[in-house]
Amino acid sequence: MAYERSESTGADDDADTSALALKILVAGGFGVGKTTLVGAVSEIRPLRTEERLSRAGELVDDTGGVDQKTTTTVAMDFGRITIRSGLSLYLFGTPGQDRFWFLWDELSQGALGAVVLADTRRLEDCFPAVDYFEHRKIPFVVAVNCFTGARTYGAHDVSRALDLDRGTPVVLCDARDRDSGKEVLIRLVEHAGRMHTARLLDTVG
Amino acid sequence: MNDDSTGDGPPVPGSQWYDADAGPLVRPYAVTGGRTKPGPSNVRFDLIALVVVDDEPPGPAEEALLGPEHRSLLALCRAETQSVAELAADADLPVGVVRVLLGDLLESGFVRVSRPVPPAQLPDERILREVIDGLRAL
Repeated sequence: MAYERSESTGADDDADTSALALKILVAGGFGVGKTTLVGAVSEIRPLRTEERLSRAGELVDDTGGVDQKTTTTVAMDFGRITIRSGLSLYLFGTPGQDRFWFLWDELSQGALGAVVLADTRRLEDCFPAVDYFEHRKIPFVVAVNCFTGARTYGAHDVSRALDLDRGTPVVLCDARDRDSGKEVLIRLVEHAGRMHTARLLDTVG
Repeated sequence: MNDDSTGDGPPVPGSQWYDADAGPLVRPYAVTGGRTKPGPSNVRFDLIALVVVDDEPPGPAEEALLGPEHRSLLALCRAETQSVAELAADADLPVGVVRVLLGDLLESGFVRVSRPVPPAQLPDERILREVIDGLRAL
């Protein structure tokens, strides 16, 4: 395989010739089906990150400081979908607990967009994720995981209950189903494309 | 997540004086010599930055000086161009540790790292179209 030499310092690499990786986040409350969704559409692997909880030890750079640094190990799921040689989608299941918010900032940097998984029985669990992506203007779709036994609501009801911006898609899905998961991702990529075009037009006009 | 890093052979019940709650037996940053940030090159390795083996890597003599974790990362890169996240998962090391180790490999010329798409310039419509078609075809 040939790869364009693209150094980390290089300016405008040609996207056509260099390998391209796109990042999609899968967010939502605890137990809503993030792992299931990532696993349904891709090969899944657990990823450990060791992150600092406080910034107190940041200036200490010698070995003596290691003990005092407050680190925690966070596990998240990630998967990869190869579109073609040199073009891959990476899915990251964001850790559900609030205390891991600091991880989201890194994950969302440069992300193409996000899927916010919702369970209509606990819709409030996805509020933080919706807020997060709205504030940062990161394109996202809300995917309602239709658990058996849960009352089914229409996409419109969910959109209203979440007070979503107009244009933010709501998709009913079954996180266990590969085709359903693919459809969610397709809707997201389409939405991201629209948002990106709108932004370009804004900057031009 | 850490229970598989505890050594050889099946554990005899009741013989382990520690469990998963105790954390990894070898502190993660021990393999980096306590360093928590990549070296002077100051590269921030994005999770999806792709790591490629350099076309003209240093010789085997220099490679022999690398630590086992460095070498296992290098082996993974040789097998396939991989993202930082995949390398971390496959090497069973936390991402923070892998970043430091990759910084070393980058500085000594063993690997190159591609920059992911910067946030301001998301891929053009053609690429997105290709992604959508690709997803449909899966």
